[in-house]
Amino acid sequence: MRRFSWFNATSLTLGFAFLYIPMIILVVYSFNASKLVTVWAGFSTKWYGELLSNDQMLDAAWVTLQVAVISSTIATVLGTMAAYVLVRAGRFRGRTLFGGMIYAPLVMPDVILGLSLFLLMKPMFSQMGVHSIVLAHATFAMCYVSVVVSSRLVSFDRSLEEAALDLGCTPFEMFRLVTLPIIAPAVISGWLLAFTLSLDDLVIASFTTGPGATTLPMKIWSAVRLGVSPEINALSTILISIVTVGVITASLITKRAAIRQMAEERAAERA
Amino acid sequence: MRRFILIALPYLWLLLFFLIPFVIVFKISLSDLALAIPPYTPTLSWPITWEALKEFFAALDFENFTFLTTDDLYWKAYLSSLQIAVISTIITLLVGYPIAYGMAQARDEWRPTLMMLVILPFWTSFLIRVYSWMGILSQEGFLNQFLMWTGVISEPLQILNTPVAVYIGIVYTYLPFMILPIYSALEKLDGSLLEAAEDLGCSRFKAFWLVTFPLSRAGMVAGSFLVFIPALGEFVIPSLLGGSETLMIGKVLYEEFFNNRDWPVASAVAVILLLILILPIILFERNEQKQREADQ
Repeated sequence: MRRFSWFNATSLTLGFAFLYIPMIILVVYSFNASKLVTVWAGFSTKWYGELLSNDQMLDAAWVTLQVAVISSTIATVLGTMAAYVLVRAGRFRGRTLFGGMIYAPLVMPDVILGLSLFLLMKPMFSQMGVHSIVLAHATFAMCYVSVVVSSRLVSFDRSLEEAALDLGCTPFEMFRLVTLPIIAPAVISGWLLAFTLSLDDLVIASFTTGPGATTLPMKIWSAVRLGVSPEINALSTILISIVTVGVITASLITKRAAIRQMAEERAAERA
Repeated sequence: MRRFILIALPYLWLLLFFLIPFVIVFKISLSDLALAIPPYTPTLSWPITWEALKEFFAALDFENFTFLTTDDLYWKAYLSSLQIAVISTIITLLVGYPIAYGMAQARDEWRPTLMMLVILPFWTSFLIRVYSWMGILSQEGFLNQFLMWTGVISEPLQILNTPVAVYIGIVYTYLPFMILPIYSALEKLDGSLLEAAEDLGCSRFKAFWLVTFPLSRAGMVAGSFLVFIPALGEFVIPSLLGGSETLMIGKVLYEEFFNNRDWPVASAVAVILLLILILPIILFERNEQKQREADQ
């Protein structure tokens, strides 16, 4: 029994207006001709032009992309393993500590994670840089991946895995042929989540960075501390569009995968 | 053997990159600032002898923690962080609940879209979302322009660089974390319970208060922790929106580290922040554990 009342309609409208109006303003004013960000002076794309000719920004974007791709790939491998251990490995010594270490970084303030990783890695490496940011990002992102993947592992039918083992698969073959295809959408969205978290992170990267490894959020940070700037609005618009397209594509992929899986399961039942 | 590797690899990774760093933070919080590389004493160097170890432990003390209690700045920063985190969690709950409720009541074919609309801001850069409020809240910003245009105020209000801006920033950025757990609790709710309550003579409001509200408690608890814990150590929001008068402990830690380069004091601040957070984190994990067991 679902009732949709005026109250619900109002709270949804106001809620989504609150969530979206700031971003819409940002996007609209990135096309503003004036340097003054809050005064409209006609349509222009000049800030995008300036952004694309800003070599420092482009360098930072390249560093950020490298860090995000490598760290989210490591995070996905480790996070999927961790999820499998949490959901399937049963009891083992130190399981509570393991679970705690997976869930604690999700809520730990960035400043603490950043400081502690800095103090660990400073003596480890002669110089900090892209590699130390990658290790730091992989660490906190793997926890997010494992939460996403374990929620998929919990919900799927274990008898499929048991059947594979009965039919003579080794545990590894079972994982590759049965488990992985089923959890693949969750693994992909885990990777995407890890990727955007890395793309986004300012605080942890500031602590673990070194010479020559300036990421985009660090560039944005030093620019916006001086106030609102149209160039940053343009950059924000680009980033928002990438995320929007990414999220919509990802959700379409998961939806299609879910439908296909449902159809296959139904076909299997009939057979 | 395979099982061992499967467990050991993520386990050792987290031990090395998550647990050991905390031990190091704790150790350095007991050290003294020094004009050297690394900028603290004592340090251990190879070969580690028994004598060296004894000397090392003898040099550790709680001086940094006593320093934190003598300087007003740290007390005030902890208290004002707590206050800001508590109040903004309550506001986020009040704003988030009706949205989650509206989503759960929406028609089935709308729900994936509504869900995506909540998740999308969560994927968008945190920094950019905080930044977007700078242009809205400033003296000549859109909010003041709008309020003056409607005639509510005649002089622009000072909102940016006050605690109010920090509240707005926290509620805005953490709202999806509140909506999603409440929504998932409400979505699972069995509609026949509400029908039964109404058949037994409850008004719609009473049915909500006696049935829906208690059954969504776990979601509200999870959402509140997801807002409260990170908000307590928040750095970006008070730095961009709060101005110099808004004290928050995350900002103090950051400045202690980057501006004063005082690693030992920064570590001591982190240790105390961690001590404050341990109870909420444990409660949060308990709540999650209970939810997972209920789901399985």
